[in-house]
Amino acid sequence: MSTFWSIWVSVIVLGTVFGCWWLLWATRKSQTTDTETDRTMGHSFDGIEEYDNPLPKWWFYLFVATCIFALGYLALYPGLGNFKGLLGWTSTNQWEAEVAAAEEKYGEIYAQFGDTAIPELAQNDDAMKIGQRLFANNCSVCHGTAARGQVGFPNLTDDDWLWGGQPDQILHSIAQGRNGNMPAKGVMPNMTNEQVDQVVNYVLSFSGREEDAEAAKAGAQVFAQACVACHGPEGKGMEAMGAPNLTDNVWLYGSTYEWIKETVMNGRQNQMPAQQGRLTDDQIQILAAYVYSLSN
Amino acid sequence: MRHEIVEKNLGLMIVLIVLTISGGFLAEVVPLFFHKEVNEPVEGLEPLSALELEGRDIYIREGCHVCHTQQIRPFRAETERYGHYSVAGEFVYDRPFLWGSKRTGPDLARVGGRYSDAWQRQHLYDPRSVVPESNMPAFPWLFENRVDHGSIESRMKTLQTLGVPYSDEQIANAASEIEGKFEIEALVAYLQQLGTVISEKR
Repeated sequence: MSTFWSIWVSVIVLGTVFGCWWLLWATRKSQTTDTETDRTMGHSFDGIEEYDNPLPKWWFYLFVATCIFALGYLALYPGLGNFKGLLGWTSTNQWEAEVAAAEEKYGEIYAQFGDTAIPELAQNDDAMKIGQRLFANNCSVCHGTAARGQVGFPNLTDDDWLWGGQPDQILHSIAQGRNGNMPAKGVMPNMTNEQVDQVVNYVLSFSGREEDAEAAKAGAQVFAQACVACHGPEGKGMEAMGAPNLTDNVWLYGSTYEWIKETVMNGRQNQMPAQQGRLTDDQIQILAAYVYSLSN
Repeated sequence: MRHEIVEKNLGLMIVLIVLTISGGFLAEVVPLFFHKEVNEPVEGLEPLSALELEGRDIYIREGCHVCHTQQIRPFRAETERYGHYSVAGEFVYDRPFLWGSKRTGPDLARVGGRYSDAWQRQHLYDPRSVVPESNMPAFPWLFENRVDHGSIESRMKTLQTLGVPYSDEQIANAASEIEGKFEIEALVAYLQQLGTVISEKR
């Protein structure tokens, strides 16, 4: 704040306090009586008159007290332009002190868990209690409070993993996030509707649920052309791409003919947002262990 | 004391009343108009794109700001949950600002990037399908209505007049950029950029 505005603020603030003070004394001084009487001020507006009584004492002293409080406050806290106040308080350093106090209290606990290997951490009850809280606060919005997921958001309690279930893979998924992208009609944008029907039947046949055996047979060729690049020749998926295994009958986007057709026709985009920066590294380590513990 | 001087002199009384009630405004608000820290954008802040601006107008139309604030206060409990506390320089292009005053739902000041686009869409279509205990209303019509691209140019021009640094080229391209988009796309685009200029948590 420039000097001008600093002075501007100070003058107005102090002027208000002392102005109130002056007004109080001035009116008291000109008071002609100091106890309650029947005497009036001597003027009459439309027949309405005004008593010439002093302010009640309790009210008067309360007002004096508020003026003194204001001056004390202005001495201790920032209120007069650039004057920082004797306590040096700011909302930022109050926040910093809160964070530092919490860091001192919890930092060691987190650091100790953060340095532990994930499989070992998953056996630690205290760490898993923290992990469950962290999960409830940060992950359950998509994956559900029981981590069972829902359409479009993977179940974390089963043994089926899009991006891998090893400790370091889980850690990577949480910290850096993941971007899954299935293009519409795979890598065969000119797939005909008939071919879509065939390939859907072929995909259903992996779990023995094809609706049309003929079409499923024909679908193998379409699959080889449009889908193998990510899902592999046997439809077992590829963790590096986040391409799901199609043979295990676990479905992120629905298992019926219609759902799978929808997936093939329009593709799917999904994203796991990166948590690094939102959570500390120690918290991410604990969360990874918690997720690991759900299926191990 | 001579009450009559003030009580019988209407002009003087008006002047004194105005002075009395404007003390707080003069000391607390007026200096801010000339204070660099609250008038200059934080580093990296860009004006909203046409689609995001459209999303912002939908945000206002649907009254999101009535239940969601966009201001993280400097308390540990808030910064742990929402991220870095809000700073004035983040809002210099917000006209009007959408800080809100009541949190029926969570603060949204840094919701950008927190959830995936797919989650945002599903949550707006049917909040209880992803958050069972939610009491947020559903907004299914956003998935049917197309954005109003006709008036975007004049809205951006108004903001330009108010000091938001849109280039003339941006304004000229705005309508064609967003034509045919669904309202949900605009709203999600707006939500996904909220608070992303300051990304560190502490």
